[in-house]
Amino acid sequence: MAYRKTVASLVAAAALLGTSTAFAQTEIDFWHAFTGRLGELVAEQVDTFNGSQSDYKIVASHKGNYSETLNAGIAAFRAGEQPHILMVFEVGTATMMGAKGAIKPVYEVMGDGFDQSKYIGSVKGYYTSPDGNMLSLPFNSSTPVLWVNRDKLSEAGIDPDTDMSTWEQVSEVLDQLKAAGVECPMTTAWQSWIHLENLSAYHDTPFATKDNGFAGTDTELAFNSPAQVAHISAMGDWAKDGKFIYAGRRNEGGANFRAGECALFTESSAGYAGIKSEAEFDFEVRPLPYWSAVASEPQNTIIGGASLWVLEGHEADEYEGVAAFMDFLSSSEIQAKWHQDTGYLPITAEAGDLTRSQGFYEQNPGTDIAVIQMTAKEPTANSKGLRLGSFDQIRGIIDEELEGVWSGDKSAQEALDSAVERGNALLRRFEQSAQ
Amino acid sequence: MEKRVTFKGMWLPLLLIAPQIVITAVFFFYPAGQAIWQSLFIPDPFGLSMKWVGLGNFEFLLKDSFYRASFVTTAIFSTLVTVVSMGVALYLAVLADRLIKGSGTYRTLLIWPYAVAPAVAGVLWLFMFNTRVGVVTWYLGLLGYDWNHVLNDSEAMGLVVVASAWGRISYNFLFFLAGLQAIPKSVIEAAAIDGARFWTRFRTIVFPLLSPTTFFLLVVNIIYAFFETFGVIHTITSGGPQQATTILVYKVYSDGFVGQDLGSSAAQSVILLLIVSILTVVQFKYIERRVHY
Repeated sequence: MAYRKTVASLVAAAALLGTSTAFAQTEIDFWHAFTGRLGELVAEQVDTFNGSQSDYKIVASHKGNYSETLNAGIAAFRAGEQPHILMVFEVGTATMMGAKGAIKPVYEVMGDGFDQSKYIGSVKGYYTSPDGNMLSLPFNSSTPVLWVNRDKLSEAGIDPDTDMSTWEQVSEVLDQLKAAGVECPMTTAWQSWIHLENLSAYHDTPFATKDNGFAGTDTELAFNSPAQVAHISAMGDWAKDGKFIYAGRRNEGGANFRAGECALFTESSAGYAGIKSEAEFDFEVRPLPYWSAVASEPQNTIIGGASLWVLEGHEADEYEGVAAFMDFLSSSEIQAKWHQDTGYLPITAEAGDLTRSQGFYEQNPGTDIAVIQMTAKEPTANSKGLRLGSFDQIRGIIDEELEGVWSGDKSAQEALDSAVERGNALLRRFEQSAQ
Repeated sequence: MEKRVTFKGMWLPLLLIAPQIVITAVFFFYPAGQAIWQSLFIPDPFGLSMKWVGLGNFEFLLKDSFYRASFVTTAIFSTLVTVVSMGVALYLAVLADRLIKGSGTYRTLLIWPYAVAPAVAGVLWLFMFNTRVGVVTWYLGLLGYDWNHVLNDSEAMGLVVVASAWGRISYNFLFFLAGLQAIPKSVIEAAAIDGARFWTRFRTIVFPLLSPTTFFLLVVNIIYAFFETFGVIHTITSGGPQQATTILVYKVYSDGFVGQDLGSSAAQSVILLLIVSILTVVQFKYIERRVHY
């Protein structure tokens, strides 16, 4: 009897030992906001990494959309259950930066041998500290471009190769489309991001004071200056004449463009995967137009998308695993594949070069437009990005005010003045909370 | 004469009500107290620091003209949701009560929508009324009506009211039907013999006898419209256009959970708590007098 008991406990001990060796891998939690095709591609990256070594195991979890993922991360931090890596969209950057004690800057996690120069300046610039160190790792970055339905232009009797580099030229094309009876000459996604934030950077005009918030939390919004008012005013006129069709605050307009209803569509370069798989017409990517009345040539556009933040409160060996994973994500092969699959920008120059040498841009014309638009010029203080607290809410305010312009309730000047005033109230609150 | 049961001593009655007191304390007084405490600070989202602002959060809110407007929006929204969901439910219940054949099937079908979560209901209605691909929008277009709740205030309000009231109709229907069936048939038959028509019978006998049910539903529906509709609003309009559908509770949610402004969110909860307490007192003090049990 005693003998049997001993054997049983030995077996149990062995079983326990067995499981503990199986779990000797250090697990790293990674919370992200991707579903659908993008979710599959993230899972593929994680599997590749997990298969490539045996020390660490990345456990990726989908936590809802961008806002929900950030909330889940914050709630988890308050409960002491935070993941190692949290995906945060670009408008949450100031919130994360303000959370000293909650975040571990990426350049610290990556250690001494970390070469920050290989990352593309206009991509990483959004996420660097004032002294130029990377606080988070850019993961998916895109920039707005002009999508063109060439068939729709031909049907309306317009040369599909017509120059649409400037909004003045686009305006003429819209007139012709309307005259030809096209029901949806132009639509847009992400109106604040494209038609105010990027418009400002692209024309080297401040969106907010203090270098768009990079130089301090005592920043004030400044997007009610003549350049922005003129653009929103023109858009308002187009909306009134039925040349610009407003579909919603996010990327609702994408469905109409992909269905072939709309001729022009301002949307992120990352719309590529969806448009390529659904559009049954000849489409093309053009650089985002600029106003030749405002600038003789455009500055660079800024990015949107998300970056990966490392949260405090974990063991040193786990942070080594985080660094290994981030190193893996930054490698040229993985980045080039991600760039080609999704239309997101490569985060390193090498990944861009690799994509070019693989002949991808030649086979898929226009896919490099976004990269060129981002990198053609060295970013200025007005075009490095935005760093504003409560920015998710401020975008909500901008959306509301712009809707007032599209419906004809408000003039562009009234709407932008009101958005600036309401947004500034939120910035002052953020300044108080960040002290 | 009132009958009274008296206990000897204090301990037994205290012990008997203790579970209820504990539950109320843990699930109501403690969170409510925390909300009041938090409303006096501006905390950072991660809970690393809190900055004392006294009544600053309330001052910030009441200075905001959009916040003040949202009181009116909330009043309109909850009145419409309550009236629509109770009115339709009462109508359907009266019809179902008169059914002889197949009443079980009708009842089941009418109760069905209650099982749909508010956010899901929101998405369903959004699909039908989507400005570009919605089925209803398309038919309205054929009739020459250009539906666009993304830009039109009243259309947006109408849509969130209908979507919020829809699932609620089932719930109200259930209570009205039970209420109707509890009315003694003999009373109604006596009135019928005296020559009272259906409408007279309904007005003078059925509706007064239903009043306890109606009052209960009024309280419950107003609380529903105040607190449980943000899923619908979030999925359909996100409070837009231009905050035309931002009711108080949606702003609590969006400022707290989207904007990470927990101080303002807590202050709004406190204001909401006050409003609902006043509303409930008013309901019990003035409307309940007209209820016949």
